[in-house]
Amino acid sequence: MAEGQPIIRIREVTKRFGQTVTAVDDVSLDIREGEFFALLGPSGCGKTTLLRMIAGFETPSEGQILIDGQDMSKVPPNRRPINMVFQSYAVFPHMTVADNVGYGLKVTNVPKAEIRERAEEALELVKLGGLGGRKPDQLSGGQRQRVALARALVKRPKVLLLDEPLSALDAKLREAMQLELVRLQHAVGITFVIVTHDQNEALSMANRVAVMEHGRVRQLAPPSELYEFPNCRFVADFIGKMNLFEGRVAGISGEEVLVEVKGLGRFSLPGEGEASGEVGIAVRPEKVRLRREKPDEDMVAVHGKVSEVAYYGGSSFVYVTDETGRTISVNLQNEARTAEPGVTIGDELWCAWKPRDSLLLST
Amino acid sequence: MESWRKNPVVFWLLNLPPAFWLFVFFLVPLGIVWVISFGEKRGVIDIEITWTLANYVRAVEPLYLEIFWKSIVMAGIATLACLIVGYPVAFAIAFAPERLKAILLIAVVLPFWINALIRTYALIAVFRSRGSINFGLEWLWEQANALLGLVGLGELALLGEKFVPVPLLYNNTAVTLGIVYAFFPFMVLPLYANIEKIDRSYIEASLDLGAGQWRTFFSVIFPLTWHGVLSGVIIVFVPALGAFFIPDLLGGTDSQLIGNVIERQFKSANDWPFGGALSFLLMYLTFGALALRAAVSGRKQGLEA
Ligand SMILES: Nc1ncnc2c1ncn2[C@@H]1O[C@H](COP(=O)(O)OP(=O)(O)OP(=O)(O)O)[C@@H](O)[C@H]1O
Ligand SMILES: [Mg+2]
Repeated sequence: MAEGQPIIRIREVTKRFGQTVTAVDDVSLDIREGEFFALLGPSGCGKTTLLRMIAGFETPSEGQILIDGQDMSKVPPNRRPINMVFQSYAVFPHMTVADNVGYGLKVTNVPKAEIRERAEEALELVKLGGLGGRKPDQLSGGQRQRVALARALVKRPKVLLLDEPLSALDAKLREAMQLELVRLQHAVGITFVIVTHDQNEALSMANRVAVMEHGRVRQLAPPSELYEFPNCRFVADFIGKMNLFEGRVAGISGEEVLVEVKGLGRFSLPGEGEASGEVGIAVRPEKVRLRREKPDEDMVAVHGKVSEVAYYGGSSFVYVTDETGRTISVNLQNEARTAEPGVTIGDELWCAWKPRDSLLLST
Repeated sequence: MESWRKNPVVFWLLNLPPAFWLFVFFLVPLGIVWVISFGEKRGVIDIEITWTLANYVRAVEPLYLEIFWKSIVMAGIATLACLIVGYPVAFAIAFAPERLKAILLIAVVLPFWINALIRTYALIAVFRSRGSINFGLEWLWEQANALLGLVGLGELALLGEKFVPVPLLYNNTAVTLGIVYAFFPFMVLPLYANIEKIDRSYIEASLDLGAGQWRTFFSVIFPLTWHGVLSGVIIVFVPALGAFFIPDLLGGTDSQLIGNVIERQFKSANDWPFGGALSFLLMYLTFGALALRAAVSGRKQGLEA
């Protein structure tokens, strides 16, 4: 699925608002045909602006956007082979559900019979069959969102853009709709580009994710790569939970970098040869083990006291504070069924992990 | 409302003065006129209330019905003109940059700061034979003539021997224009308020779905501002129906509207009972217009609900 040709090419695109705001800063990326692509980043990082430039509602200050090989700089929104699902859904309140879905066909002079057929089909696709006669204010938020989806899909666009499509839904419905969107995308085979600030959403749905910060793309990779191999502190911190230590490079041998971290000692981990000076060492909470006794020499280990335990049902987070005051979070799977907590606040123990489970971050 | 009911002292303190005002200066005079409309004129100032219907019978004579009808048509045309001109103006203001918006809105309501009578007199200065428009036209005529003279066609007097002022004043067109001018802000303001409120994403969604600008306007923007259109139409139509000094000042002998007839009954004709009957017929007509509005917007609501 994810191996298609680029359908959207964004080339060195910058968008400025006025003199001071640079919402999108020199972004270049390709979105491939048939993939589920996510733009992820904190609020205000320029995701919406980038999406709106693809849709044609904003013009790039610099750079070029190509859709299906065609330069879009002179093409108005209504002539682009893409459709958008708006964050507010923008389902027309004065039209029935069926009229909403049929609108995009009606304005392009599709025959009436075909409109009815295709609108019905699209409503069926989003599981709203039979609700065509309703008015939008007789629908729930989730249903309205499906109407917006059907209205865009009925146009059979090359790309579907979705701006935070699930942010207005409650947690349960949001999860259901995430699965639903993935199912839909498989069913219709259209390229989806989704904007979200929810990392779980991006990781669980997308084939590839672009993580943005201050208008720039910091990393573009498949979800597992983003999670296991973040390329900078920002991504490491933004995606999932991460323990971050400040250290420095003590030596390099081939593919291995010898680092020294205060309180953890010296250890080698895989890394690029160019690393030097101050670096960040990161390890995911679920890679860290808790030990009552001092672990073997080949493990990275730090001694500390449990300062807090947070129970989440399937797993627990244990926070251990070491002698220097650093807090290390550890994720424990609650494998056995017991009401007895394995660790309690005040326990003294060791946090340990394999050196190669930690990650070197030079920026 | 709920919380007001819980605090009756405040409720009455706040509502008593306006209620008193409405009662004494609106309902009571209205009642008096209503009673008078069933009276008979006895002397110069004597009116005897005999509960006769003669005044109403006279009011629906063809002569007056015709004037009623003409008033409705003229008010209707003026309202339509207000809408056609006012919608683009309201639209432009709603989509103008923030700072320009305030200036444009002030420009629209600025004429309100001047008495309506004076504004109407000002229109006379614009429309009359020796008024601004005719001066402008005369200047154009002279320029055209000079131009013709330059190319050697001056002798032929192609544009006539002398400039003849266009009769802009003292006809129905002048009255209609006067009404449009007087009530224009009443149309623009509710429209502006409504257009301003539209969520921009509806417009973007329409464009995104392949509709052009015009299509988007007629299929999305206009229907979404329907309530503003209705409000504007009613707010302009109702006072336009009763206008009397505009036709008085700008109209010709055949430009009498129902407002003029009513005014004359209370003044020069000194026939209060008949004036009262005409007034109430006009008011019933207005109620009819309001009921129509309620029905139309109620039906829309019903569809949306
Ligand atoms: N029309 C505009 N005029 C001026 N500044 C704007 C405009 N639109 C966006 N911005 C600014 O550009 C930056 C990026 O905005 P954008 O809406 O793209 O962020 P976002 O990543 O979508 O954030 P969120 O997750 O909150 O929706 C912000 O700083 C915002 O204030
Ligand atoms: Mg956004």
